[in-house]
Amino acid sequence: MADLSYVRTESHPDMPPPSSEVGILAWLRQNLFSGWLNSLLTLAAIYLLYKILPPFFGWAFWNADWNGTTYKDCTSGGACWAMIRVRFDQFMYGFYPEAERWRVNLWVVLLFGSAIPLLIENSPGKKYFAIFLFILFPPIAYLLLYGGMGLRVVDTAQWGGLFLTLVLATVSIVVSLPLGIVFALGRRSNMPIVRMICIAFIELWRGVPLITVLFMGSVMLPLFLPPGTNFDKILRTLIVMSFFSAAYMAEVVRGGLQAIPKGQFEAAQAMGLSYWKMMALIILPQALKIVIPGIVNTFIGLFKDTTLVLVIGLFDFLTIVQAATTHKNWLGTSTEGYVFVAAVFWVFCFSMSRYSITLERRLDTGHRN
Amino acid sequence: MKIKTILTAVATATAALTIAGAASAGILDDVKKKGFLQCGVNTGLTGFSAPNDKGKWEGFDVDFCRSMSAAIFGSPDKVKYTPLTSKERFTALQSGEIDVLARNTTWTFTRDVNLGLEFIGSNYTDGQGFMVRKDLGVKSAKELDGASVCIQTGTTTELNLADFFRSNSMKFTSVVFEKADEIRAAYDAGRCDVYTTDRSGLAAQRSLLKKPDDHLVLPEVVSKEPLGPVVRHGQSEWGDVARWTLFALIVSEELGVTSANADQMKSSKNPEVLRLLGVEGKMGEQLGVRQDWAYQIVKTVGNYGEIYERHVGVNTPLKLERGLNQQWSKGGLLYAPPFR
Repeated sequence: MADLSYVRTESHPDMPPPSSEVGILAWLRQNLFSGWLNSLLTLAAIYLLYKILPPFFGWAFWNADWNGTTYKDCTSGGACWAMIRVRFDQFMYGFYPEAERWRVNLWVVLLFGSAIPLLIENSPGKKYFAIFLFILFPPIAYLLLYGGMGLRVVDTAQWGGLFLTLVLATVSIVVSLPLGIVFALGRRSNMPIVRMICIAFIELWRGVPLITVLFMGSVMLPLFLPPGTNFDKILRTLIVMSFFSAAYMAEVVRGGLQAIPKGQFEAAQAMGLSYWKMMALIILPQALKIVIPGIVNTFIGLFKDTTLVLVIGLFDFLTIVQAATTHKNWLGTSTEGYVFVAAVFWVFCFSMSRYSITLERRLDTGHRN
Repeated sequence: MKIKTILTAVATATAALTIAGAASAGILDDVKKKGFLQCGVNTGLTGFSAPNDKGKWEGFDVDFCRSMSAAIFGSPDKVKYTPLTSKERFTALQSGEIDVLARNTTWTFTRDVNLGLEFIGSNYTDGQGFMVRKDLGVKSAKELDGASVCIQTGTTTELNLADFFRSNSMKFTSVVFEKADEIRAAYDAGRCDVYTTDRSGLAAQRSLLKKPDDHLVLPEVVSKEPLGPVVRHGQSEWGDVARWTLFALIVSEELGVTSANADQMKSSKNPEVLRLLGVEGKMGEQLGVRQDWAYQIVKTVGNYGEIYERHVGVNTPLKLERGLNQQWSKGGLLYAPPFR
């Protein structure tokens, strides 16, 4: 009798999943219409977008005017981007003399050219870029932007626009991080005087709003100085902003230091490491890694806080756009100005936040729960 | 309240000390030595001071700085501008950061007497007014009882408004905003019945409304706002230069000297014109500036009327009539002493 038993030796080829489980339909079902509440919310959101987006795009693009020399040329009823076009250079460089603007461009190229390799994993020659950026670059930047050694001096009163915003932000960021780490360590120090000084500094700067410190620097300080001394306004602002963000940074870093288990300190000491070696090799690398989101948060806050200098008459990016809309040729274009400023700020802040996420992933050593 | 008083006292005392220290050197000599004039202007006020597309400052107040520069240096461009917010302006002047303040500043008793400042005159007379929609049917500000009023926060406008309504025993609801643009948008959207601010401001904002012709500026002027340039107290020489620069602007309009005919006027038959333009007499020398100072002002910047029409007059977006800022002979307040 023939053996009719059948043993299947290969598995059945996979069937395609049912059409309700793949593709756009499934995605829609899972994400947008998974229940009656979500369906309702989705529909409401779609309705809102329908109400908001077409008018916005109409205003911003289809009915917008791109060319013109005064607000009177903007006749189609939409946004008057001509204002941004005509004033673009001013928004970028402020009142920096046109013939000297290459210096600002060079500064930006050097800054980003040396900073970006540091930010990318495994890029070659990191050490040299770091030495350049932190030791050689500051004096070069000063010479380039302010002048001297054969370059025409450009008074800081002429600095402005996005360029000034970048100067304020980068200097305060670069100064505040190391300063903040020092104060955080000082606050946890065993030496009472050092600890008191650090606590006093941190609490003093954290206890007052930035805007009042800026006011103090710009309104009260000149009265106390001997007459005739003109203490540069931008320098005053830089010092104030750096100290202010250093105080915040110190608290962020302290949070990281406190999160490190005591065993790490004890192990390091048992190895015979000195205080600084222990901090530099064992504690800080771990602590800083934990507080990356906090640090970047402070940076983003700082970057946006630079706009507060408008209360002391410095022409940062926001102020110069506002000033442009008060000129008689560009009356009534302030909405366009604000939208433009918001877009530029968003690009900067969003890139910073994306970078911080990348950094967290790269440094992740599995301690995250 | 008490703390505020103490702080004010401290600030005033410090200011007084600073001024005493600074009074030793003459500002005019300092300005000549450094080769430029440091002038405080508004950070952006339509028609009065704003950067143009090329980044140069332009406006009615800016032209006063340029006139002073022309008088001292013979060129209107030897000015460095310090844009100032309303809170910083007096400190900047007291501390010597700027030489002259031309920033639509209202001349008041307290400012002139208490703050160690010296107003050298009024180059623009403004006053607070009211704008309403025509369809409200209101013809006078006295009919505004119960109205909602859009105002800018932290200005004298707020105080004047309260005074006006109280003295007429009327009630109002204030709708407060930070920026002129916001007020305009709110008023245009009908969130308030009345828009109040200086009449020059009203005119500027009215031209930007969706339908300017549907709105009406009421005839009442509820405050006096003489705006003028300011110098530091105790600097009489420097104050004279500023004051007579202003008078030269006014007188040259009165005498019919313009930037176009300044050269021909040098051979005028009117002795006052000749004295003004420095052909006769030694006025420039006595003032400590160029002999042809007034000629330079008119030639390079223009007379008062020209400056007015260029920045705020009827052909600009502000469309301001001369009103009180007209020569005394035509019913205005511009009255300069004789050049004699």
